[in-house]
Amino acid sequence: MNVLVILIPVSLILGLLGFGLFLWTIRNNQYEDLEGAAARMLLEDDT
Amino acid sequence: MTTAVCPGCTIHPEVSKLLEEPTLGKVVLSVPTIRCAACISKIEKALMLRDDVDQARVNLSQKRVYVSGDAEPHILSEVLRAVGFEAFPLNEADLTPIDDQMGRSLLIRLGVAGFAMMNVMLLSVAVWSGATEATRQLFHLISALIALPAIVYAAEPFYMSAWSALRVRQLNMDVPITLAIFLTAGLSTYESFFGGHHAYFDAAISLTFFLLIGRYLDHRTRRFAQSAASELTALEVSTAERKTGSGYQTVSFNMLGVGDTVLISSGSRVPVDGLVTTDSISLMTDCSFLTGESEPVIRHVGDSVHAGEINIGAPFEIRATAVGEKTSLRQMSAAVALAEASKSRYTSLADRAALLYAPLVHILALAAFVIWYIGTSDVRTSLNVANAVLIITCPCALGLAVPAVSITAIGRLFSMGYLVKDGTALERISEIDTVIFDKTGTLTIPKAHINDEDFQPHERGILASLAAQSKHPISTAIAETLNGTPLCKLENVQDHKGQGVSAEHSGEKVQLGHGTWLNAPFTGPGVRIGSKMYPIAITEKLRDGASETIGNLQGRGLNVILLSGDREEKVRQVAKDLSVDSFLFERSPEEKLAFVEKLAGAGNKVLMVGDGLNDTAALAAAHASVAPSKALDAARAAADILFLRTSLRSFPELLDVSAQTVRLSKQNFNLATVYNVIAVPVAFAGLATPLIAAIAMSLSSITVLINGLRIGRRA
Repeated sequence: MNVLVILIPVSLILGLLGFGLFLWTIRNNQYEDLEGAAARMLLEDDT
Repeated sequence: MTTAVCPGCTIHPEVSKLLEEPTLGKVVLSVPTIRCAACISKIEKALMLRDDVDQARVNLSQKRVYVSGDAEPHILSEVLRAVGFEAFPLNEADLTPIDDQMGRSLLIRLGVAGFAMMNVMLLSVAVWSGATEATRQLFHLISALIALPAIVYAAEPFYMSAWSALRVRQLNMDVPITLAIFLTAGLSTYESFFGGHHAYFDAAISLTFFLLIGRYLDHRTRRFAQSAASELTALEVSTAERKTGSGYQTVSFNMLGVGDTVLISSGSRVPVDGLVTTDSISLMTDCSFLTGESEPVIRHVGDSVHAGEINIGAPFEIRATAVGEKTSLRQMSAAVALAEASKSRYTSLADRAALLYAPLVHILALAAFVIWYIGTSDVRTSLNVANAVLIITCPCALGLAVPAVSITAIGRLFSMGYLVKDGTALERISEIDTVIFDKTGTLTIPKAHINDEDFQPHERGILASLAAQSKHPISTAIAETLNGTPLCKLENVQDHKGQGVSAEHSGEKVQLGHGTWLNAPFTGPGVRIGSKMYPIAITEKLRDGASETIGNLQGRGLNVILLSGDREEKVRQVAKDLSVDSFLFERSPEEKLAFVEKLAGAGNKVLMVGDGLNDTAALAAAHASVAPSKALDAARAAADILFLRTSLRSFPELLDVSAQTVRLSKQNFNLATVYNVIAVPVAFAGLATPLIAAIAMSLSSITVLINGLRIGRRA
């Protein structure tokens, strides 16, 4: 059962990490133009 | 951060430097033809090449370009036209702000609920698979630690909505939801501290999560409709030419004052009420938006003209007599506000269901408590059973039943060219029994009358080519009439603003414009080819699909009525063409409103379709209303649904989709009821473990969502 002491915090930290990333995407307006985002990956931006 | 995804910026390093000061003016352009990645890159590159543009970013969902820099909007739209995109500058003040605070806060709440749900589920699965005693209690306590703050924060929109309903002594769907969340969280916390077997943290948090999804989808659709509707307003040019000592100055409408002299160029809308000061025989205005009269009105010096009329003759000047709120156009909106207030408040399907379900849910939970208390005399067990009943009976299915359907329906209607401004509009449309159509601008559109005998074939070609050069409504009407005529090559094409178009065709001068400008013996629009001049009569024709639509509506047993401000013979003719028996003519806006109110008073549910200022009050008073997107601003604001295409052909489909929306919503409620009928006895018997509650909840939500998606699938 000692393994729980490690595993529970680990799962929580991973979850928090995902949540943090989600907050970051919101702050970057990544949900404002979903169709545009889908189209933009086809652009070449190395000119 | 935005530079990384903007391909244009990587081309110009010096532009990236400029980006550090993005405080310069911002221009928003509507570009309806953006479709793909290639369009995005073409537009952004073309704009970024300019020195006066700092940053250009296409929003594909909105079909707009946001440009920062000190470039003039009309120059930018020229730039885009040069690379093949029709672009219209938008009046930024009229747009809904880009920043969507509400949506953002819902998304964050969704994120919090999602994070908490995943972690609590993880612990719950461990408990379900057989953790006992101390381990179980530990897991329950950790769940509480995660779930409680998350519930307090994420479910706040539901508490607020429930509270605002309770404050006016009403029940909405959020009341049982809030109660369930509170009770579940509270009881589970109690159970966890005293080593109980069951804790329902996962149920409380997943309820919040699913319902927030519904809320967010609802918000997104509504915001989309709002922003599309505000774009129509923002497209309208709101500047006028004011006369100054040395010439004309372009100012915005609200800068005009009483006594100002304003130039009304041909084809433009009169901005304020005023008196005509130009003495000419070729002045004409189109009052159809105001009165419904399709025939142009001849204006003389000293005549009064009203804001909203369109000049279709030679340019003239007016002296303003009433501006801003005092114009007849604005005074109409007072009548509209009154009509809207007097309109009996509509109870939506979701509210009616809440009225039915909410008391039932509470009574069942209370009954469970009482019965178990009588049977066991144990408060804790009885409360637990009552709580299980509450969770089972008010699953998210009820909260999702309507949004899941209406979101798909609204999206589907948008692809058909209908913009639904109000979520309950579809429910209301499905109830109508009478359809009232305005005539001018709604059932009919302007048509150029071109006699075949008057024109040689090559002259028709010249006329069609000239008409294609301009966006003026009369040019558009001519181009449409001559559709299919082979075009010819024109040289030296010039657009004389407010006058017409001139060009050269094999050395001959050709012109299309109003009579005075052509030096012709007539006053209305005409064409000059070399030394020959022809007037062009503008009459009206039925909108595409009008007669099919009317026939279809009558076939459904709906009572179709024509209600027009135009003269008797015109209305009679259109009514005959459409085989509509009941028609009314020469009706003033007040009479139109009174007519709709009389029908409503007699218990009829009226769908009003109209575009003019004279229809506005009637649109607001009707049970449901539809307006073309070309309608006057006030009419668009009053209508529930706007149609964006010129054809009326798909109108019956609007009714079909509305009926289907209501049918599927009701079906969803029935599905939720079926779940309850199966699950409530289980909960009543005290057998609803957290596992069963979780399964019942997700299954019913998913069923309801999938059922809602069916609208999009049908052709």
